[in-house]
Amino acid sequence: MSETYWREYLYYPGCSLHSTSKSYDESSRAVCQALGAKLVELEDWNCCGATAYMGIKELTAFTVSARNLALAEKTGKEIIAPCSGCYVGLNKTNNYLKEFPDVGKKVNAALSEGGLQYNGTVKVRHLLDVFTKDIGYEKVKQFVVKPLEGLKVGCYYGCQIVRPRNEIDDPECPETMEALLKACGAAPVDFAMKAFCCGGSLMGTEETIGLRLVKNLLHSAFRSGIKILVTPCPLCQLNVDAYQKRAGKKYGMEFNIPILYFTQLIGLALGIEPKKLGIGREIISAHEALKPYL
Amino acid sequence: MARRPDIQREGDMDLSFLDEVRAVPGGEKIVDCIQCGTCSGSCPTSYLMEDSPRNLFYKIRAGLRDEVLKSPDIWLCTSCYMCYVRCPKNIKVTDIMYALKRISSKERFSLQWRGYHLAKSFMSVVNRDGRNNETELLLRFFLKTNPFGLIRNSLIGLRLWLRGRMPLSRHRIRERKKFRAIIAKAESLSAM
Repeated sequence: MSETYWREYLYYPGCSLHSTSKSYDESSRAVCQALGAKLVELEDWNCCGATAYMGIKELTAFTVSARNLALAEKTGKEIIAPCSGCYVGLNKTNNYLKEFPDVGKKVNAALSEGGLQYNGTVKVRHLLDVFTKDIGYEKVKQFVVKPLEGLKVGCYYGCQIVRPRNEIDDPECPETMEALLKACGAAPVDFAMKAFCCGGSLMGTEETIGLRLVKNLLHSAFRSGIKILVTPCPLCQLNVDAYQKRAGKKYGMEFNIPILYFTQLIGLALGIEPKKLGIGREIISAHEALKPYL
Repeated sequence: MARRPDIQREGDMDLSFLDEVRAVPGGEKIVDCIQCGTCSGSCPTSYLMEDSPRNLFYKIRAGLRDEVLKSPDIWLCTSCYMCYVRCPKNIKVTDIMYALKRISSKERFSLQWRGYHLAKSFMSVVNRDGRNNETELLLRFFLKTNPFGLIRNSLIGLRLWLRGRMPLSRHRIRERKKFRAIIAKAESLSAM
């Protein structure tokens, strides 16, 4: 394991990675360290605003989000969000402040109350993008010690990592995560619903819709012969993991498809101890599917 | 010819609502809508909507303000952005749905919808601590809208807690005072 790092990033874990998606935090840190990318947590970061804030107040939502950008700007580094919701929240704010200068001016007037200012120079990126573009498939391949040979893994992207249109991947038919897992020796399997909605926060507000969407995507994964799913999104993981049995029951189906974060599987291939990657925190146990590789 | 009261004429339409939506960053393109229905066809929740995005947009342009703002459909948008990337006229559909959520909650049309209460609870927690606390958010939300949901989901909550995924302590930012000052200023600026 390298002690010298080839690049330093500002790490913005976001609220979920401190609670429901702890394993994403654990595995991201462990894997980045193993690959020589240093993650430095942004000092005193606040919530990105997620999708909820924007539905009540607009300028305040942009301001809350921009506080993080202002803090990041002082360090001069790129900000990396592992959570798709945070990525969209921060990235959208970043783009809108440029596209609509009036909004930018007001946001800065508000930020100055806290002694902050944002000039629009920060680059917001998703952790997956760092893996595919900066670290690269070849480097990941070199570090693999336990190839995930024959593992039929489905890559579930969800929505907000690929949409609205961005530079990470195609908005409807993304393929970068598959390539990454192939580099780890796995055998990724395509499935139709890989970039469709899991229901998001509707699982709390309108459960019938949430369960239907989760059922749709699990059914699609099941029919494609997928044994395990990976995702880059905390809310997707939570909905598919915690509500899997309920969704199956409602539609008379029995699903048993564990869902992990893509970083957890990469970590496994790099030979990192499963416990350090948070494997075991999932509700639908991945033990059976991962038995040959543990 | 006598005017039929049930038929609204173009010249009589109230365009103030359309202007309100157009004034939102990203909302200006709503006038380009060609009513093709790609948004509604791409929407994962439109099967349960009364209007769906296409019809909502039509109603906005027809000035049917109250009808649009009262619609439960606007809170069924999950922000999946599928409509947004598929719209042939590059209309930022999701952003317009956000704008409708905001106008509707500001004018208290939304008090009956759960989506509104989840967003509102979320905002209160973030404004106080600077960060979200999923455990508290869910407690607040379910107690307010659906206490039965709390019992129904308690087993899931317990399973998450057992796996260290539902911490009971809250995470707060250090500079809460400054954070609140920033928010207060933003609120006063948006009222202008």
